[in-house]
Amino acid sequence: MEAKTLFDKIWDRHVVENIEGGPDILYIDRHYIHEVTSPQAFTGLENRKVPLLHPEKTVATADHNIPTKGQHLPIQEVLSRQQVKTLTENCEKHGVDLYGLNHPYNGIVHVIGTELGLSQPGMTIVCGDSHTSTHGAFGTIAFGIGTSEVEMVFASQCVLQPKPRKMRITIDGELQKGVTSKDIILYVISQISASGATGYFVEFAGEAIRNLSMEARMTICNMSIEMGARGGMIAPDEVTFDYLRNREFSPKGKDWEKAVEQWKQLKTDEEAVFDKELTFSANDIQPMITYGTNPGMGIAVQGKIPALNSVPKQNQASFQKSLQYMNFKPDTSLVGHRVDYVFLGSCTNGRIEDLRAFASLVKGKKKASTVTAWIVPGSQQVAKQAKAEGLDQILEEAGFELREPGCSACLAMNDDKIPEGKYAVSTSNRNFEGRQGPGARTLLASPLTAAAAAIAGKITNPVDFL
Amino acid sequence: MSLPKFNILESSCVPLPVENVDTDQIIPARFLKATSREGFGENLFRDWRYNKDQSPNKEFVLNSPVYRGSILVAGKNFGSGSSREHAAWALFDYGFRAVVSSFFADIFKNNALNNGLLPVQVSEAFLEKILNAVQADPDVQVRVDLPQQQIILLPTNEWESFEISSYKKSCLLNGFDDIDFLLSKKEKIKAYELKSELLYGT
Repeated sequence: MEAKTLFDKIWDRHVVENIEGGPDILYIDRHYIHEVTSPQAFTGLENRKVPLLHPEKTVATADHNIPTKGQHLPIQEVLSRQQVKTLTENCEKHGVDLYGLNHPYNGIVHVIGTELGLSQPGMTIVCGDSHTSTHGAFGTIAFGIGTSEVEMVFASQCVLQPKPRKMRITIDGELQKGVTSKDIILYVISQISASGATGYFVEFAGEAIRNLSMEARMTICNMSIEMGARGGMIAPDEVTFDYLRNREFSPKGKDWEKAVEQWKQLKTDEEAVFDKELTFSANDIQPMITYGTNPGMGIAVQGKIPALNSVPKQNQASFQKSLQYMNFKPDTSLVGHRVDYVFLGSCTNGRIEDLRAFASLVKGKKKASTVTAWIVPGSQQVAKQAKAEGLDQILEEAGFELREPGCSACLAMNDDKIPEGKYAVSTSNRNFEGRQGPGARTLLASPLTAAAAAIAGKITNPVDFL
Repeated sequence: MSLPKFNILESSCVPLPVENVDTDQIIPARFLKATSREGFGENLFRDWRYNKDQSPNKEFVLNSPVYRGSILVAGKNFGSGSSREHAAWALFDYGFRAVVSSFFADIFKNNALNNGLLPVQVSEAFLEKILNAVQADPDVQVRVDLPQQQIILLPTNEWESFEISSYKKSCLLNGFDDIDFLLSKKEKIKAYELKSELLYGT
């Protein structure tokens, strides 16, 4: 039999038809939607007078627009309230399960899909959201789509997709103390650039990846879009099965055993060939932070911003534009630079392990008085678990407050906006100009690096606190 | 339903020689609260286009009195980041019909094609040639010829071919839409579902 990659095995199984000279018709097993990218797709469907083909394969949540304080009250901002209301009405009308505001399962779409066991190995998963790549951590083909494609899935349970090329990124060896999966992915993107994997679907492999928990794996796959990849994936193993066992929507009893047998087949054959292979050593990775306005502009916290003459000539104008926005200088260190805001949360780092890591570092210390910190759990279930473990107490004693779940300051569609010119160390995924509010300056980092910044009030190597 | 048709476009260009233009710049998240597809052009490149006091930023190319046209010429890795189709809607609503760059982000490319906005990928060298020509003379005309899959710098007749799948090309030339196409495949999809249930129980 022909040797195949994990990606090929799942993709080929889902091709309904290969269009001559065009894309594949790809069948979708799971479709997630949220309030921002779905309304026009529902309207389109209604204009065509076509029903939603499989409402049971779509799951909805409200996350992008919702406040992270006072969720029991009506949403104050009119347009946000309207968008969330439209989602509720559309889901009712078309028979889609909705975990809306105040539902015990509400939360960021990429946090709830995984914690509820809705994302399972071997599936094809899409959502009108680029961070759908998160679900690839379970050995799925998961990718973000546009609203026209959301409408395609509503109408036909399929999308038209050209088959991407395949890349494998192997991380060998063991991580050093204080280095997390967020640092791995920021390091990889800094090495290959924000467009280094465009056109590819990436499988992550190697000892350092195998040793990660499911939540840490999700962080890596989540940010594969930030190097341009169509998606990222990791072959399922015992860690995956342990995570999924007894989740709300995981198979149960005999079905579970049958499913695990099938899932165990989901790995890249030894002889399979990738279009591109990259290997990195875990030992080379240190706690990372970004200094610029795309996620590829990252350095070790202890390192220096590149000197202008070390940047390729054709990139120098963009590099300088970035530094001007950030008000940083080439060839300087960020250590000791003032930090105004700290954001812990998002689909990248808003899970229970992220809250635990943050709490473990700040425990018994005090937040710097000059820092405003927003600690936003990724879902209601994460919030509940954090309280059950007493993390809210630890945070409170250190001067932090646990807010209510949502996308929050990651994209600042709600009130959680970083003010103009302020520096935010953020555990989210994008440091684009204005991403966290007009004029906001974002430095992406791990929960540990964010916690160290919150305590010190400046950029600090988290290893010094461990 | 139909897609806006695209055949041959001849226009002057708007140069935006910036790399990694992400969709947050094309349309910032705070303008994504609408529930219809219309009107996003008003906020296209909002934070580059307007000063803090909301007056037009005279330095930004969309406010320039000299650069006009329905072809945007941008630096490499255009449309990276968020999957928001609102970016393609905003460009189209503003009046652009083609975007020329040396490299496009995957999701943006799909979104553009699904809205009749043609992404034209050219070599770095040809991109530089167009940008130089446009900056020297803002009235320079460029022809994007979809049937021939060519982009031509008209004053000098320098040209390059560009790639597009024959399926998407036919959609744009005829104004066909992916959803109608998928709906016509209903029986195939049904057959796939039955087979898949037998094989995998899903």
